[in-house]
Amino acid sequence: MSVQRSTVIFAWILLLPAVLYVTVIVAYPLVDTFILSFTDASLKKTTNWVGWANYDKIFNGTFAEVIVRTFVWTFFSVSIKMIVGVFGATMLNAAVPGRALFRVLTMPPWIVPMAIGIFMWGWMYNGQFGMISGMLQNWGIVDGPVAFLARGSTAFWATIITDVWIGVPLVTLYMLAAMQAIPQDLYEAAWTDGAGRFYRFRRITLPLLIPSMITMSMLSLIATFNSFDIIWILTQGGPNGETTTMIIDTYRTAIGSKKYGEGAARAVLICIFLSIFCLAYFRVTSRLAQGDSR
Amino acid sequence: MSQPAMINRYRWYELIAIYAGIFVFLAFILSPFVEGFLVSLKPLGLLFSSPYKFWPENGSFDAYRTMWVSVPGFARYIFNSFFISTIVTAVVLVLVVPSAYAFARFKFRGSGPLLAAFLAVNMFSGAVLLIPLFRLMRTLGVLNTYFAMIVPGVAFLIPSAIWLLRTYMMRIPRELDEAAFVDGASHFYTLRRVILPIAMPGITVVAITTFIGSYAQQFIFALTFNSKTEYMPLPIGLYAYFGRQEVIWNELMAASFVGIAPAVILIFLMQRYLVAGLTAGAVKQ
Repeated sequence: MSVQRSTVIFAWILLLPAVLYVTVIVAYPLVDTFILSFTDASLKKTTNWVGWANYDKIFNGTFAEVIVRTFVWTFFSVSIKMIVGVFGATMLNAAVPGRALFRVLTMPPWIVPMAIGIFMWGWMYNGQFGMISGMLQNWGIVDGPVAFLARGSTAFWATIITDVWIGVPLVTLYMLAAMQAIPQDLYEAAWTDGAGRFYRFRRITLPLLIPSMITMSMLSLIATFNSFDIIWILTQGGPNGETTTMIIDTYRTAIGSKKYGEGAARAVLICIFLSIFCLAYFRVTSRLAQGDSR
Repeated sequence: MSQPAMINRYRWYELIAIYAGIFVFLAFILSPFVEGFLVSLKPLGLLFSSPYKFWPENGSFDAYRTMWVSVPGFARYIFNSFFISTIVTAVVLVLVVPSAYAFARFKFRGSGPLLAAFLAVNMFSGAVLLIPLFRLMRTLGVLNTYFAMIVPGVAFLIPSAIWLLRTYMMRIPRELDEAAFVDGASHFYTLRRVILPIAMPGITVVAITTFIGSYAQQFIFALTFNSKTEYMPLPIGLYAYFGRQEVIWNELMAASFVGIAPAVILIFLMQRYLVAGLTAGAVKQ
């Protein structure tokens, strides 16, 4: 009994520093955001309770549009990341000479500081002198310069592509690991039965990959929903707010205009969405784990 | 013995398809770096001219020399990035090693939900909590210091570090702890003298991934919590190349490559551990 008790105490002593740290730096701000969202906090010395006024403002303004845009942006970014990632993993999984090198070459966008990769994309998107517009003109595909970040429709896709680029290495390496975890004898058995390469991919690889795909797309969904750096550096949410997602709008309101209260209300909404994703993620992964043990 | 070799033998057209696929994939991944490097070689006049030219004609490494002149503080920005990441990594390790051990070894009431709570922290980026964090930093009086970037950086790197290290420690045979315990060693002694040495490879992986994470993710905290030039890390420091009239693109790109070189070298040396560490926690759980 006392041994048991001392063990539990020891475990808590080990955990205490990390728990305290995360409580102060994450949990407390979370609560504070919630409280602030009902006030008119700003740079002024005094702060008043305003009830639901901040939320009223959000839903009577353009924020509904921002929410929809965030979901569309996230949906396309995650889908493309998954498609490109599974494609890349399939290619890198092939037993061809040089694959060790190709795997290493997949990593840079993930490892390099995000801001640097984004600056490079910013230059490539440049209308007058950038590579993409320049190449398209040299090949005669477009007539004049295309300033990708200056027009809403192209800026929307440009930010998505850059987000995909930063997210793909992780998806690829994760899916590659999942592919390599598939027992080799399954392939050998199918091979002995005369199954071709495509058939084996469609009937063995893909079905066994589905749990990992679900897990990864949910993780990716959460990360993408939080994406800030890419849009901020490329467009700051412009032109005309057509790349403004919830995070960008929150940042502009809170840090740009110093309206902490209104910003906090937006942040609370983001937190609610994230919690839903988070719950769904735990649900799905625990169900997948049960399926494994059965 | 010969079966796996046979099954992996490709026909010539399959080989072509695979290499074409790899080429397209890597072209997407690497083209910004290729273009960035070529830009760093081009003189500014060639950059701002139409029609677009891919290859740098009369290119030179001049930008790699002049970048130090245009932005004299650049070495300081690289140092700041390294300094911040090193401190963040050290603090994360100090906090995470004991808690990962506790999660890996001891079952007690609340341990499951607590681990889930830690993982949930992963879901919230710093961007969502920026407002209260700003107020908190102001209250603590650390705005515009290194701490303004270190303190929040640590918090958001703790969860995945715990997860990774816990997975690693669960693979260390329990018999080792028990043997030490039977011999009369205290819990603390067991952790320090038995577990820590064996867990060293895992701790190394966590240290590397934390360092990379911190090096890559300094942007938003530095943007919001620090306005002092002397503490700026690399990602924000690069804005110094954005002049009033135009961006000095060739120097900006040269500076980017110089700035990431140390980290990239480190990573290529460690890539074996990296993939292993990344995938260990991911697939089997």
